[in-house]
Amino acid sequence: MKLKRTWERLEFQWEERTDRSLLFSVSVLLTAIVCGVLLIGAVFLSLGVDPVFALKQIFLGSFGSLYGLKESLTKAIPLFLIAGGLCVAYKAKFWNIGAESQLLMGAVFSTWFGLNVGQSLPPSIGVPLLFLMGFLGGALWGIIPAILKVRFGISEVISTLMLNYIAAEFVTFLIVGPWKGATKHGFPYTDDLPKALILDTLPGSRIHYITLILGILLCIILFILLYRSKFGYEVRVIGESPEAARYAGIDFFKTSLLIMVISGGAAGLAGVGEVAGIHHHLGYPGNISAGYGFTAIITAWLGKLNPLLTLISGLFFAGILVGGDAIQISLRLPAATVNIFNGILLFVLIVSDYFLKHRLVLRFRQL
Amino acid sequence: MEGLIISVIHRTCMAGTSLLLGTTGEILTERSGILNLGVEGMMNIGAVTGFIVTYTTGNVLFGVLAALLTGAVSAALHGVVSIYFKANQTVSGLALSMLGVGLAGVMGKPYIGKQLPVKLEPVQLPLLGKIPLIGDLLFNQDLLFYAGLLLAVAAWFFLKWTRLGIRVRSVGENPEASESQGISVRWTRFFCTVAGGAFAGLGGAHISLAYSTSWIEGLVAGRGWIVVGLTIFSLWNPLRGIAGAFLFGGIFVTQYLLQPLGVPPNLLATLPYGTTLIVLLVDGLRKDHRSLHAPAQLGEPYSR
Repeated sequence: MKLKRTWERLEFQWEERTDRSLLFSVSVLLTAIVCGVLLIGAVFLSLGVDPVFALKQIFLGSFGSLYGLKESLTKAIPLFLIAGGLCVAYKAKFWNIGAESQLLMGAVFSTWFGLNVGQSLPPSIGVPLLFLMGFLGGALWGIIPAILKVRFGISEVISTLMLNYIAAEFVTFLIVGPWKGATKHGFPYTDDLPKALILDTLPGSRIHYITLILGILLCIILFILLYRSKFGYEVRVIGESPEAARYAGIDFFKTSLLIMVISGGAAGLAGVGEVAGIHHHLGYPGNISAGYGFTAIITAWLGKLNPLLTLISGLFFAGILVGGDAIQISLRLPAATVNIFNGILLFVLIVSDYFLKHRLVLRFRQL
Repeated sequence: MEGLIISVIHRTCMAGTSLLLGTTGEILTERSGILNLGVEGMMNIGAVTGFIVTYTTGNVLFGVLAALLTGAVSAALHGVVSIYFKANQTVSGLALSMLGVGLAGVMGKPYIGKQLPVKLEPVQLPLLGKIPLIGDLLFNQDLLFYAGLLLAVAAWFFLKWTRLGIRVRSVGENPEASESQGISVRWTRFFCTVAGGAFAGLGGAHISLAYSTSWIEGLVAGRGWIVVGLTIFSLWNPLRGIAGAFLFGGIFVTQYLLQPLGVPPNLLATLPYGTTLIVLLVDGLRKDHRSLHAPAQLGEPYSR
């Protein structure tokens, strides 16, 4: 009876937390990831797959072996580039969901350049131009939603998604139609890029290191740009309070365009890496990008929209992609499995934000 | 020629039904102030559970019911995360879309290429179905088509003319004032989100049980995202939603009409997505007219 009275007096509520130590933030994040992994295990269980076995396979397939490590680093390259760019866009609350197609357009532009202009160029000129074309392709595809948003008030979420579907169909059209390679025996690929334009890889791996260096450099530059420049300040003001930005006289149109040139262009660079570093030709959109544009969204989010932290989260999610491939083969699961991981982890991460900002307060009410 | 026109209109109604159901649901959700970008995921989940349940039980109504329930449950997830935990609704919706697409891919894999033993058959309505031409076009459709139309009109009536509907709208426009009137903002928003998910689940079921009757990967193919666009196009009015949904249904059918003319199929496949952009663009030329209709607190978390 007495216990019941005590229980009735107990009151709990969430209060906003003002102080936040680094240790606390990190432990919340780690708890969130552990919860996410447990939930993923639960999904496996409900699908009739032994979760311990599946998670072990994911780990062994990604970070648990030398081959897995090399593959993880290979897949981290596009994630570094795209997620770094997305940090800039998301800081301004510009929800670019179209990195997938910006990557594809980068691949299209650079393939065109490689097949039509690049044959006669030495690598020292050809490769930089190849990357420049890819950047251009991604940036041009990326500024469409920026114009549509600022000038016509169209939600960038919808426009970038629609452009994803359009670009994917367009690439398929190219490779089965006008760009189908003469040397490919009727297979739906373009011809291979000239040898001089194909990116070197580290021996015994598929790590095209030029793009890797580019990705790391880009994240460092974007970090400086975001936190140490006027442009970065404007991006953050727009994101935190559009009213304040308007009051401060920030040019929305110009800033939005620039944001999407960076974000789209970075994804375009990733497209160059996939074409010139991995496949050497343009192929089906699902092969050129294994959903990097979407995985990069969570990569940026896990990295707290800080380009330097995305270098860590990018590696983590690259491991998940590689591990996902491993269990796809060993457990015969479809490619969409990775989407489940991504969805669950994103949910867990945004909920963990609440626990970062609030504390549970228990107190006894006076009766 | 007449036969062709009838078949085109018939198939337009067929293709538009899933869009209509999804749009009505999303209008309901957004009117209460919650932006749910998870429609693609909820439709995927509805489509796959509808298919699996129908396949295993051999009863199409069980399938429809399962789709409705799983759509509602997945929307509840978005509801809890965005209402209770005040998470960013854009990101939460994206997470739901990813999760739904992934679940549909994994759960549907064993069923790829399998044919349903029964499908959602057209039901000829008594009397109305006997009207020449129109009867054949509009009153000889499957049950979800009728349900879609009825629910859209009901949703319009509910939002415009009922006390409860006015509450929903006021919660989306001015939650503080609603709360002071004794309305629970949280619960109103939660119920609207769950209801919207149930609608999206039904829309998904229509795709897998009537529009197509065998399972393929990526069956929903971005219809959920078109629904999000249609919601804006409809200016959050379910009656305009009907027009929009069947306009887009027509565009899905046009793809197959133009194919014999030699237009590459991949370019035709971009039609619905391109049209979404164009429609929003033309509509966006009158920007003020859109912002006049959008729920004022759409996507904004509410805290007491």
